[in-house]
Amino acid sequence: MKSDYLKKLSFGTKLSRFFMNWIFLIMVWIGFTNTFDMQEIIVGVLLTALISFLGIRLFTCCDLSLLHPVRLYNIAKFIIVFLIALIKSNFDVARRVLSPSLPINPGIVKFKTKLKTNFSKMVLANSITLTPGTLTIDVVDDTFYVHWIDTLTTNPEESYKEIAEQFEEILLKIF
Amino acid sequence: MSILEIIGGLLIVIGSIFLFLGALGIYRMPDVFNRLQAGTKASTLGAMATILGVGLLAPGWIFKVLIIILFIAYSNPISSHALARAMHKRKGYMYFKDEDIDAYSEIEEKDNSEK
Amino acid sequence: MDYIIYFSLTVMTLALILAAVRFYKGPSAGDRTLALDTMTTIGVSSIVLLAYLFDRYIYLDVALVYGVLGFIGVIVIARYLEKAL
Repeated sequence: MKSDYLKKLSFGTKLSRFFMNWIFLIMVWIGFTNTFDMQEIIVGVLLTALISFLGIRLFTCCDLSLLHPVRLYNIAKFIIVFLIALIKSNFDVARRVLSPSLPINPGIVKFKTKLKTNFSKMVLANSITLTPGTLTIDVVDDTFYVHWIDTLTTNPEESYKEIAEQFEEILLKIF
Repeated sequence: MSILEIIGGLLIVIGSIFLFLGALGIYRMPDVFNRLQAGTKASTLGAMATILGVGLLAPGWIFKVLIIILFIAYSNPISSHALARAMHKRKGYMYFKDEDIDAYSEIEEKDNSEK
Repeated sequence: MDYIIYFSLTVMTLALILAAVRFYKGPSAGDRTLALDTMTTIGVSSIVLLAYLFDRYIYLDVALVYGVLGFIGVIVIARYLEKAL
């Protein structure tokens, strides 16, 4: 968001974002190099410190408050709910693809979300794409347009309950 | 054979079968949005399961394997969303069963009237 | 264990052929791009399987870079089709 990019940040916010980016990038570095060798770790720590310092205004999604235990618990809960929905959606796809008559009734529905930040909207859109029978087409401000392979209802509130509620109530506790 | 190897082999077989189902969905579905539905979901879980299976068979590679899994889970929905929006804006063919349910067309009418 | 991987590679090849048929037939450009995206994902998984089969760690890097390039390619083609590029 542009206004967020140009906004003056307090020193505490900057420091908190810097450390969050640093921790995340060190984890990615360990994933890339796939080793705990001392030389690699030292180079990685220095490089990721530089990158996260340069990226304070670019990586604006989260700061150190994400590591609060309640939020960590909610993140773990979100991942479990997401994986269950992913597996369910695959069996749904398998059922639809393998049945000879192709039982589909597609349509595009819309609903409103309560989430505020851009990053949380992106996470919600990606999770909707991977849940049974739905595909996010566009997000305009706070309205989601979703392609639904088996349209049960065109009412925005009912489709919100069907599609997004289980993810959004966890995401509201995280962000 | 250890328990890790058995689980890894099972994951590889399940993942490849889901990849096949995704490709079959792309082949069978009537329009591009339904093809995206089938293709994205099945190929994402198929690739994730196969790669995680390899990570369990070779435990020394687990960090890199996790990075590849994270990247696939992050990038596949985004590319399918970009494609779906592009095809809708180009007025691609949409299959409807009984009636046309298309809430997104209101946005395009607004865009056209602004131009 | 090798036979499981041979079986999976065979299934993946069949999937690749189905996606290639859609790539050849696809009535619109979006269908072809979607088929290309699926073929990239199948290719990444089979490269990771081959890395285990040949015991070459470096193939994982190949798979990762292939995935990144395929993702960027699909995004660029989608933006082009949207007439936004």
